[in-house]
Amino acid sequence: MLGLEFPPINELLRWQDIFPTFNKIALIAVAAALISIVLFLIASRRDPMVAPTGVRNLAEVTIDFIEESVVMQTLGKSGLKWTPFLLSLFLFIFLCNIPGVIPIIQMPATARIAIPLSLALLVWVIYIGTGIKHQGLAYFGHLLWPPGVPTALKPLVGIIEFISTILVTPFSLTVRLMANMLAGHILLVTFSLLTTALFRAQTSQLFLVPMSILPFAMLIFLTAFEILVAFLQAYIFAILAAVYINNSTVGHAEEH
Amino acid sequence: MEAFSVLVGQASGETAADAKNIAAAAGAGYAYGLAAIGPGIGIGYLVGKSVEAMARQPEAAGMVRTTMFLGIAFTEALALIGFVVFILLKFA
Repeated sequence: MLGLEFPPINELLRWQDIFPTFNKIALIAVAAALISIVLFLIASRRDPMVAPTGVRNLAEVTIDFIEESVVMQTLGKSGLKWTPFLLSLFLFIFLCNIPGVIPIIQMPATARIAIPLSLALLVWVIYIGTGIKHQGLAYFGHLLWPPGVPTALKPLVGIIEFISTILVTPFSLTVRLMANMLAGHILLVTFSLLTTALFRAQTSQLFLVPMSILPFAMLIFLTAFEILVAFLQAYIFAILAAVYINNSTVGHAEEH
Repeated sequence: MEAFSVLVGQASGETAADAKNIAAAAGAGYAYGLAAIGPGIGIGYLVGKSVEAMARQPEAAGMVRTTMFLGIAFTEALALIGFVVFILLKFA
C-alpha cells in the first residue's frame, strides 16, 4: 500500500541453515565463545612483568572494568572470586550483541530467546546453589519469609516472595536482554526499509526521492545507539547476576 | 477496537481473517503505547533524581550511577514486556 512491505518476523530472524540445526545464531554464539577464549589465551601468554600492550592491554582493561564497576559495587571485596564468571558472562553477551551492528552479519544472537534463556537459567541455578551452599536448607526459609514477618502474613508473603525470586527473576533477565536486542534489530530493519523504499520510489513527485536522506540519518544514529545498547545490556546482565548472587550469600537479614 | 475493525471491514468489504488481523495490529499498537507510559515516567523521575544526587555529591557519582542502571533495568522491564506483547499480537 505504501510500496513498503515489512517482512514476516521469521525472515528477520533467520538465515538459511548451514546444517539442519546450525544457523547464523549458532554461528555467532560459537564465534563469540571462541573469540573470548582465544583473546584471553593470547593475553595470558604475554610476559606479565612488562607494560601491557595490544591484546593483553585489552584483556586487562576488561578485567579491570568488571572488577571495578560490577564486582566491587555489588559483591564487595569478598566477592572477587566471582570475577571470572561475571567476566565470561559479560564478554559472551557483549560479543553476541555486537553483531547486530556489524555489516553483513547484522544479527544480534541474543535477539532469539534461546541464548538469553539459557544464560538466565544458568544464573538462576548458580544463585540458588550459592544460597544453599552459604545458608544450607535455611536458605529456602529466608527466601520465602524475610525475618520479622508476622505469622498471620506468612502465607501471603511466602507466595509473593516465591513468585518474585523463583519465577520472575529468570523471566525478567531473559526478556530484558531478548526484547532490548530484538527491538533494536527491528528498529534498524524499519529504517533501512524506509530508506530503500523512498530511494527507489516510482513517483511523479521527484522531491520525495532525496528525502530518503532523513531515514538514512536516523539509521546512522540508531546504529551508534545500538552499540551503546549492546554494551549496556551486557553490563546490566552481569551486574544483575552479581546482585542476585549477593542476595543469596548474605540472606535477607542484612539486606534490609 | 471492535468498532474500529467493523468500520474498516464495512468500508472495504473484508473477510473475517482480515478483520482479525486489523484488530490484532490495532491492539498491538495500543499494547506497546500503553506499556510505554509508566516506565517512561518512571525512568524520567529516576534519572532526574540521580542527576540531582550526582550534582549535589560528585564524589558519590560512581555508586549513584550503578544504582541508577539497576533501577533503570527493573523499570524498563515493564516496557519490554509490553514490547513482547506487541510482537506476539502483531506477528504470531
